[in-house]
Amino acid sequence: MSEATTPEDATAPAERYGVPLSDSRGQQVLHPTRDGYIRLLRTLLDETFTMCADLTAVDYLLHMNRELPAGVVPERFEVVVNLLSLQRRERLRIRVQVPETDPTIASAFDLYPGSEAMEREVYDMFGITFTDHPDLTRILMPEDWEGHPLRKDDDPSRIPVQFSADFTKRGSR
Amino acid sequence: MSEQKGIVQHLLDDGMNGLQHNAITARLEDLVKWARSRSSWPASFGLACCAIEMMATGAAHYDLSRFGMEVFRASPRQADIMIVAGRVSQKMAPVLRQVYDQMMEPKWVISMGVCASSGGMFNNYAIVQGVDQVVPVDVYAPGCPPTPETLIHAIETLHQLIEDGQLMRRRQETGAGANVHVTEIPAGAQPVPVILGTR
Amino acid sequence: MSIVDVIRDGNEPQQGLKPRSEITARELLREVGSVLRMSEAEAAKLGDIPVDPTEDQTMIINMGPQHPSTHGVLRLMLELQGETVLRCKPIIGYLHTGMEKTGEQLTYMQGGTNVTRMDYLSPLNNELVFSLAVEQLLGIEGDIPERAVWMRMLLSELNRMSSHLLFLATNGMDIGAVSMMIYGWREREEVLRFFQKVTGLRMNHNFIRPGGVAADLPAGWRDDVLHLLEMIPPRLEEYDILMTGQPIWRDRLQGVGVITADEAQALGATGPILRSTGVPWDLRRDMPYLHYDQMEFDVVVGSYGDAFDRYAIRLNEVRESIRIVHQILDRMPSGDYRIQNKKVTPPPRARIDESMEALIHHFKIFTEGFKVPEGEVYAAVESPRGEIGCYIASDGSPTPYRMHVRAPSFVNIQCLPHMMRGGLVADAVAVISSVDPVLGEVDR
Repeated sequence: MSEATTPEDATAPAERYGVPLSDSRGQQVLHPTRDGYIRLLRTLLDETFTMCADLTAVDYLLHMNRELPAGVVPERFEVVVNLLSLQRRERLRIRVQVPETDPTIASAFDLYPGSEAMEREVYDMFGITFTDHPDLTRILMPEDWEGHPLRKDDDPSRIPVQFSADFTKRGSR
Repeated sequence: MSEQKGIVQHLLDDGMNGLQHNAITARLEDLVKWARSRSSWPASFGLACCAIEMMATGAAHYDLSRFGMEVFRASPRQADIMIVAGRVSQKMAPVLRQVYDQMMEPKWVISMGVCASSGGMFNNYAIVQGVDQVVPVDVYAPGCPPTPETLIHAIETLHQLIEDGQLMRRRQETGAGANVHVTEIPAGAQPVPVILGTR
Repeated sequence: MSIVDVIRDGNEPQQGLKPRSEITARELLREVGSVLRMSEAEAAKLGDIPVDPTEDQTMIINMGPQHPSTHGVLRLMLELQGETVLRCKPIIGYLHTGMEKTGEQLTYMQGGTNVTRMDYLSPLNNELVFSLAVEQLLGIEGDIPERAVWMRMLLSELNRMSSHLLFLATNGMDIGAVSMMIYGWREREEVLRFFQKVTGLRMNHNFIRPGGVAADLPAGWRDDVLHLLEMIPPRLEEYDILMTGQPIWRDRLQGVGVITADEAQALGATGPILRSTGVPWDLRRDMPYLHYDQMEFDVVVGSYGDAFDRYAIRLNEVRESIRIVHQILDRMPSGDYRIQNKKVTPPPRARIDESMEALIHHFKIFTEGFKVPEGEVYAAVESPRGEIGCYIASDGSPTPYRMHVRAPSFVNIQCLPHMMRGGLVADAVAVISSVDPVLGEVDR
């Protein structure tokens, strides 16, 4: 059981399971690298975090100067995984940085099969590819849709509201 | 025991003299329109929250059965009215059109709720901004979701238009919908008088 | 080639189901094995459904998206061998509304209107989780007045009751007890009438807002709630007689859609599905929010993981909610219904005439919105369908930078293929109904 370690060196971040740890409004967040992501998930799975509550992503294109622990390089995309341990009644969050030039990350399907639909949604909405996912296709948008809607540079396509001054044109009852 | 005659026996006894009070005559056109308006079956096309209010309208409290509409036909071939209840997404639009095409003439469309009428509060990439971009709409019912009273108001307006014959004629001319907007009736206890039709 | 042509041609697009003869062995084993957290070798030893030698061809049929038995626009592709379902693939997205993108354009005050339409059967739970997340970001979660907290609990439990009553209605109709549809809506109307009195709307209330609730309870609310609590238990007894003890009901639901505890956890299922497998996990008791730690109630747990357990759990959860509402009635404190923090909640209307400051605050809150400090937070509550979570990342501006809702039905639908494997086609409808998905939150 790896508890959070506060290092003697005050400038280095706290660690848990060998990965930088930060605190966000009282919730613990781990920041593994892309390469150490699956290894961390496997460790956590053995440490009773059996349920993947949520897997999502954030596009930090317009907010690159966000707060991160020292040693973590900010990238455009972040994959956020919320894990839940029923035994310990504890939640743990994982944030992995995913660069824009190579938006791929390993799939958590073999460890958490419940992440299948959630990873498909992230692929559909952000364009992040999950390697070794059993069926990486669009899930919410139509098959032939172009673009990834939740990216910050994807237009929300809001039609400006046009008001007609002459209300007598419509027949109302 | 005194003789109790049944209705049929009374009819037979009256014979030809009874034609004055035993038969109703009308123009075939009027009878057809009357029957169509009183017995129009909706195709179940409930999509989102409005579908729940539509089901509530069909339930015991706001009974749709008194208007002849409690059978929500699953098959569009057997339905007359399509009540588009809910937000229509980009993926659903071709399905909507396909179901509409499968309905037999005469058919009418009620656009229930603001999401179906105009895209509602979801002015974005995912929702078709108004179902009238896909099918011709006859009555628009506002509300998010419309209270069952508003939906009944819309349905009754449509029924009156069918009975007056206005709708069939308009559809033959241009193929477009009737484009009637009804006012929303807020949820409350006081009954609200509405005026239907032209007669 | 547009999607319309594709449907008409009958060629399945990528999102559809390929027949079993066309997929590789590894893919097939992955479908089964990973859910059970077995290695490939163990899954191979498990053996698959025996192939009937007389039927060499399997049939792929399409259920939905417009179908009377699905709870909204859910499309299911089933691969059948005779009457047996071999594989099933749910295809969703027919109600995708772009709510998360819209959420980035609406302020935190307006966010409730957006979030409430996701799970439209329990809208107050959606608003609750959104408000809890925003309050955690603001740092005011400990300062919410007592009356507001208890009001939130009252409304949340009544919403659970109305959602479960609707489940009983639709479950009954899907199994064939069509009169249950009419009965379930009858009770629901009474609860909705109370909601209309308190919040002004029957559905999609936008009543629970960051900082408290939107308005105080109206006069005479106690009598209304007592009337509800007196009316519903005898009718639940009626449903017990009508459904629970009935042999046809039992035969249709017992042993159908079985899932084990490990599978449910691996798939991320929560709520009645997880509880039906015997795992007593309820966020109200295990990770309490609001004042649920002061409430006395039981967590209803099943033992077989089948559809009958899920039905019985939801029926008894209505009873537990009634218990909780009784306790709330006794203990509802007086006080403010929202926090007095001027930056977060708008001032009362009368003060706007008197004070310039109040006018400015009102203006700023409703036009620009209040700014929320930078950070990210995940809050979760127990909705009638499972764990609903809200992940908000804020960058200090008045609108969320990223708002994501972890919808329980989105994750629970992943259990469908597993539950339907090896079952009959006729049971497919019963299984979907027992999972009780709401497509509004599945597709968002």
